[in-house]
Amino acid sequence: MIKLTLKDQPTVPLEAEMLTPDQFSGLNLDAIRALPVFLGKRQLRVDDFFTVDGEPSDELEIHGDLAKVKYIGRAMTRGRIKVCGNVGMHLGAAMKGGSIEVTGNASDWIGGEMTGGLIHVHGNAGGQVGAAYRGSLSGMNNGTILIGGTAGLEVGMRMKRGIIAVKGQVRDFCGLQMKGGTILLMNGAEIRTGAWMIRGTIISLKPIKLLPTFPFACTYSPTFLRLIAKHVAPLGLSLPMDEQTGTYHRYSGDSSVPGKGEILVWQPRV
Amino acid sequence: MLRITGGKVYDPANGINGEVRDICIADGKVVANVEGGRTIDANGMIVFPGGVDIHTHVAGAALNFARALTPENQRVAAKFLHTKETRMGIGGQTPTTFATGYLYAGMGYTTVVEAAVPVLSAKHTHEELRDTPIVDKACCLLMGNNELVMDLLEVGEYEKAKHIVAWLISAAKTYGIKAVNPGGVAAWKFGKDAKQIHSPIDGYNKVNPGMIIANLAKICDELGLPHPMHLHCNNLGVPGNVSTTLETMKLLEGNRAHMAHLQFHAYGGDDWHTMRSESVQLAEYFNTHPNLTCDAGAVLFGNAVTITADGPWQHLLYQLTGRKWGNLDVENETGCGIVPYTYKGSNLVNAVQWAVGLELLLLINDPWRIFLTTDHPNGACFWRYPEIIHLLMHADIRRERVRALPEAALSRIYLADLDREYTLYEIAIITSAGPARALGMKQKGHLGVGADADIAIYNQNPDGELMFRYPRYVLKGGEVAVEEGEIRSVKDGHEFVCQPSYDAGIEDYLKPVFQQQYTMSFENYPVDAERVHGMQIAECSYQKTT
Repeated sequence: MIKLTLKDQPTVPLEAEMLTPDQFSGLNLDAIRALPVFLGKRQLRVDDFFTVDGEPSDELEIHGDLAKVKYIGRAMTRGRIKVCGNVGMHLGAAMKGGSIEVTGNASDWIGGEMTGGLIHVHGNAGGQVGAAYRGSLSGMNNGTILIGGTAGLEVGMRMKRGIIAVKGQVRDFCGLQMKGGTILLMNGAEIRTGAWMIRGTIISLKPIKLLPTFPFACTYSPTFLRLIAKHVAPLGLSLPMDEQTGTYHRYSGDSSVPGKGEILVWQPRV
Repeated sequence: MLRITGGKVYDPANGINGEVRDICIADGKVVANVEGGRTIDANGMIVFPGGVDIHTHVAGAALNFARALTPENQRVAAKFLHTKETRMGIGGQTPTTFATGYLYAGMGYTTVVEAAVPVLSAKHTHEELRDTPIVDKACCLLMGNNELVMDLLEVGEYEKAKHIVAWLISAAKTYGIKAVNPGGVAAWKFGKDAKQIHSPIDGYNKVNPGMIIANLAKICDELGLPHPMHLHCNNLGVPGNVSTTLETMKLLEGNRAHMAHLQFHAYGGDDWHTMRSESVQLAEYFNTHPNLTCDAGAVLFGNAVTITADGPWQHLLYQLTGRKWGNLDVENETGCGIVPYTYKGSNLVNAVQWAVGLELLLLINDPWRIFLTTDHPNGACFWRYPEIIHLLMHADIRRERVRALPEAALSRIYLADLDREYTLYEIAIITSAGPARALGMKQKGHLGVGADADIAIYNQNPDGELMFRYPRYVLKGGEVAVEEGEIRSVKDGHEFVCQPSYDAGIEDYLKPVFQQQYTMSFENYPVDAERVHGMQIAECSYQKTT
């Protein structure tokens, strides 16, 4: 395992897209220390900000409050990154595989346009989780993002495939312009959930405020939920399935687009 | 002083077809002989006159709008880093100004024509062209929907309209004129379009698209402009539009005209489901009418950004794709629309479009009258030209690609039946000698004594794509600009403009009309000559032969 520890807080956000198992592969510790990072427009070295020790490997552990360090795990394809502390924007942007675990909070745009792999944030996340960058047609195109705490605005904006699960509350515009994939809201969301969604599924285990363009369609318990439940079970999530205890209300929309998406809201039997 | 020795020279304008001979250069020109100086050993290489792009969109307000509208392209575009010779920039669908110059030169192109400039944004365009290094430039002025001109045609004041056109060309410092969907863009301002040459135009009783086209073509010839009217026909891009294109061509008999991006105007069928290629019909007519030239406007599969003054078409395209759309209104002159677009091989319409571009290049039998373009960035980026060259040179590769198209497309296209394969000599015509002649640029597109020393030298390779993508040397004005894939010296190019003569009294008419109709003052309207970098005035010496 390679262990990096942040020495001092950077004065402005540090862009550290080199901090991935892919970039570290085949390098000894000295070569890793010499990799470039960008502080504003200035190109500096990894060891200007981090102490680097451990054994070369596909596993990488980063310690410290990294709230100002951006792009960790960018475009990674394999291996594991564990961030012990908070982490900054664009974590795991465009990642293709491997996994990232964050023990603290994460900032905005984590997993933006990712196509595979797992991001697990134990704390809260910012906005635009798994989203499309501005202008792009689609956001995350596969993979899984699990947020232990709350999440910000535009979670899963224009996502196309994959799963985003949030244990805490999610703010406005969750699933904005969603094109496919699944968002699991274990604790509901604020307003305008699913606005402009074209396809895909948003599942809420708590009652949520819906847009008027999501008419009620039916009450049901879809088979595919069992598959999703099976997929997220190893992440410690459980979806209620038992028809004795309740059903899902299906709302279809967003009819203002018009879209064929759906929002499923769990309705416990009383 | 420089001598290129041992290379096979392709100089169609002087009838030289692959002969091994020396090219000598002094003071930026091709000369008969030089003593001393550098010698480039071009053994095993082919020597072409530098490429001339007759129709591209590389500068100006519309292109900048497209750049701003498509950040997703910018993020994945090729990066140009700052070096001792080059400035930074990005490539991609809509390259930045400096990168545009590097990319064109890096492909062996040394002259480009920005095909659509409104007078109102001519200043901006010239500023961007100033920042487009290495290549020489010229612009065409948008005139097909100019209300000053249309108002005069309405009341039958042809002579006055001619002087206005001449004055506008001089004021905007452009080389020729372009008409885009004549009348249609003016009608778009009322939410309408003018799809046929006899369609009415809102706000006018007599003026229709056909009338604008015929008069502008005549004006171009009478002003003696070296390049004829550059025409983007009405009814672009829709099934069945070949009839409009043919009617337009018939209208132009007796005058010169350049038909821009003909591929987008050569479709049959009644709707999107029955759309088919009408390249055979169009090429038959075109082949027998030597007053016309055209450029292909070929399409390649992949991402593109469509950008045109044809506002109503862009609105339709936006409705078809559901993607983002930008629209600009340029006061009394023209409009503009931007829609990002993806051409897909699996899409029937796109498959037909792809085939039509190549079919026209193969069916129009005189290479001096059809030129290689993609209507950059509409059909594909200009830096993908080598892919088209490769397809033109190999019938078997074309057939292989045709086999990958949806089966429904096969009965709608002719491409698989065409055996013609372009020779290097013909490639030199459609990429350089032909467009230079059509533009009336006598010093471009050839390697005879007195020509500008704009030369591309390629390693001879059976893979045409590889060969034309990476020239071994590119000389611009006698300087080695590119060597072994690296930019070596960056000099600013020239800009060619025409200053046709007009009756000086026309300003007395123009000024009050202008101050009533425009949002800027008359004095601020023309572009100062000092703002056009490296301006060279071309003669207006065309004379109609009867």
